[in-house]
Amino acid sequence: MKLLFSIFVSILISFNSFAAGEAEKPMKVDWSFNGFFGKFDRAQLQRGYQVYKEVCASCHSMKYLSYRNLGESGGPEFSDAEVKAIAAGFTVKDGPNEDGEMFERAGLPKDKFISPYPNEKAARAVNGGAYPPDMSVLVKARSGGANYIYSILMGYENPPSDMKIEEGVYYNKYMAGNKIRMSAPLSDGSVEYSDGTKATVSQMSQDVTAFLTWAAEPHLEKRKRIGFKTILYLLIFSVLVFFSMKKIWSRVESKM
Amino acid sequence: MSDTNYKPTSAFGRWFDERLPLLTLFNGHLMQYPTPKNLNYWWTFGGILTFCLVTQIITGIVLAMHYTAHADLAFSSVEHIMRDVNYGWLIRYIHANGASMFFLAVYIHIFRALFYGSYKSPREVIWILGILIYLLMMAAAFMGYVLPWGQMSFWGATVITNLFSAIPLVGESITQWLWGGYSVDNPTLTRFFSLHYLIPFLILGLVILHIWALHVPGNNNPVGIDLKKDGSDTVPFHPYIVIKDLFALVIFMIVFAGFVFYAPNILGHSDNYIQADPLVTPAHIVPEWYLLPFYAILRSVPDKLGGVILMFSAILILAALPWLDTSKVRSAVFRPIYKQFFWILVIDVLVLGYIGAMPAEGMYVAIGRVATVYYFAHFLIILPILGFTEKTKPIPTSIADPIFTGSGNPAFAKKIDKDLQ
Amino acid sequence: MSEENNNKDKPTRREFIHIATTTVGAVGAGCVALPLVTQMNPDASVKALAKVEVDISKIDKGNEVTVMWRGKPIFIRRRTDEEVMKARQVSLKELKDPQKDEERVKKGKDEWLVMVGVCTHLGCVPLKQQGEYGGWFCPCHGSHYDISGRIRKGPAPVNMEVPNYEFVSDTKLVIG
Repeated sequence: MKLLFSIFVSILISFNSFAAGEAEKPMKVDWSFNGFFGKFDRAQLQRGYQVYKEVCASCHSMKYLSYRNLGESGGPEFSDAEVKAIAAGFTVKDGPNEDGEMFERAGLPKDKFISPYPNEKAARAVNGGAYPPDMSVLVKARSGGANYIYSILMGYENPPSDMKIEEGVYYNKYMAGNKIRMSAPLSDGSVEYSDGTKATVSQMSQDVTAFLTWAAEPHLEKRKRIGFKTILYLLIFSVLVFFSMKKIWSRVESKM
Repeated sequence: MSDTNYKPTSAFGRWFDERLPLLTLFNGHLMQYPTPKNLNYWWTFGGILTFCLVTQIITGIVLAMHYTAHADLAFSSVEHIMRDVNYGWLIRYIHANGASMFFLAVYIHIFRALFYGSYKSPREVIWILGILIYLLMMAAAFMGYVLPWGQMSFWGATVITNLFSAIPLVGESITQWLWGGYSVDNPTLTRFFSLHYLIPFLILGLVILHIWALHVPGNNNPVGIDLKKDGSDTVPFHPYIVIKDLFALVIFMIVFAGFVFYAPNILGHSDNYIQADPLVTPAHIVPEWYLLPFYAILRSVPDKLGGVILMFSAILILAALPWLDTSKVRSAVFRPIYKQFFWILVIDVLVLGYIGAMPAEGMYVAIGRVATVYYFAHFLIILPILGFTEKTKPIPTSIADPIFTGSGNPAFAKKIDKDLQ
Repeated sequence: MSEENNNKDKPTRREFIHIATTTVGAVGAGCVALPLVTQMNPDASVKALAKVEVDISKIDKGNEVTVMWRGKPIFIRRRTDEEVMKARQVSLKELKDPQKDEERVKKGKDEWLVMVGVCTHLGCVPLKQQGEYGGWFCPCHGSHYDISGRIRKGPAPVNMEVPNYEFVSDTKLVIG
């Protein structure tokens, strides 16, 4: 019975990794945020934000994030001053003013991340019909999660000689159907890290993937922390209830 | 069932109870209620289900304080809950995984009934009420899944509501009536929200009837025999069953917590984190796991109307079970052939679930058809015949009988024996 | 061993295990109640709007702007030197809610009056540069406020509220 149940559960879990096309299974990375006690690496998240801002943000929006999130605990944890400075570096639309007109102003922490395009149609028009997806929950929106995103960034290769790739399409080992509309976004040294870390493609891919994982799950660390305490509590409580139960039932069993 | 000599302990209690006998009711049905003393852990799922219903209602009401039921705002309101609302992420993950846990518990509860013959006379109405509760659960879960307005929300709703167009003559009109338009859109979402909020309270009402109907004959038990009338076979619900149900519940909560805190999205589909797009259909439209067996049955028939009829029949046939199963013996403990067919049915349902998740291509279709036919054969052919032809084991005369304890565990039997020496 | 023979009786002695179980259970129930209650507190997006920065560089003497803060109007008035003098000449005995003008402004920034523009009677928004006291007039029930925002005539019980605010520079103030 228990065996059947565990088979059932493993079948359930295998549903999620169902992939179409000739895509390879994503590489497995030992992320710092994996496991029961997983945590984000603050420096990595800050580097990852830098990669997002300097490379990805020109095409990919992150409309569910606000600049203030960059300072909240559990994330990159930029200081208040740094968050203000980051926000102020962007121009945000506001209004209407007293004259009834919309105007532009420097960003504030409460503002949402600005989008590169005003809407999806504009994004498609500039990108040959392809829509660079919003990245707020991208890691949760792809089977394979962080491993998949990392693999895509690392998966650009020359196509096999027998495969025809159209103009504006690129070969990627891990993409469904092996074809992706985004050209390889990263190359060694694309970004200069302020903490001196060497910006290899692998490093930047890991950093930006970690950042995207935080962006999709800003409360991950708190979730795992509370989870540990909850399950520990339930285990202890179950032992107490067990002994209460035995005590109560001993009145019956002694008479049977 | 109740001790008619019960008098509340406090003066206020007596004053109130004389005017509205809630305390007497509580005492009779939740404290003194005589429960068989040989119930095993498969009997704890009724209590667990009550916990699940209450959890879903409470977390659901809280989510409704922050959710916006509009096609343009639903997805972002859910992200607002996950990011900004204090502990919103926790309440949302509890509600989403709670639905899965609710179905896990209900399937165990149903299979318990199938194994121990709890649907048989005189418990047919309890069983049928249970089927109705199950149907409402599926409706509530289906509509609830639409609310985040992700890709699976939208396309799952499209596929399932389109089924109604298979009804001859009025199908198209009924489907547009359901949609409130010409496709799944905002009117569909807002009415699903209203009904999703309503149905759990209908379920609550049916659960009360379900328990009331149960308390007339009293619980079934692992051995399936009727209990002695002198009360020596029972224990009062409080504290014996309360504490046992609590223990099982705490273990259940550990599994629940495992999902909520460490794998909150594993039972869902990643496509539902993509906002609904009427122009882009996902590669594979899949319902939530607990609806997969029915999805498989639906797709096993090439004809649209046929598939719909067969899918609903798969549930309705359960309602006929008390009359399809002709055996005079309740519990599978004493029905060795039926026991085998029970486990084959379990495997068949798991196979159907697996098929439901796979694309409707190639050998998956063939397997799905075989599994569907077998499902119906179990109820329509095997059970009726078995009732007449099966040679059952001798049934004990009382549950205290040292050899037949109904737990199937010889060690337990030995223990009882020792105590009597 | 337990002394009961009748399984209908409650135990006559409080079993430690039951007390422990109940106590631990109650702690758990409390922990569950916490998120269910705190979720109704202002969420992060509302708290982010809890402070508002206002650029006051364009406000001339004798002028006033209204900004929104926590869903309510805030009057920011830059008074002329005359108006400040008049406000300070009022005797406290004449006031229903005695308060010196100095107490309602920041030291060194005496010309700036920042108030929650909500009448303290029943919540209407008073009109500026009206009324008999050179300040504000609330049309709903006829409350008159002076140039320091103090109630002088009418049913309002207290002066218009001065919120927490501070000057972060000569041209910017932060409310909240």
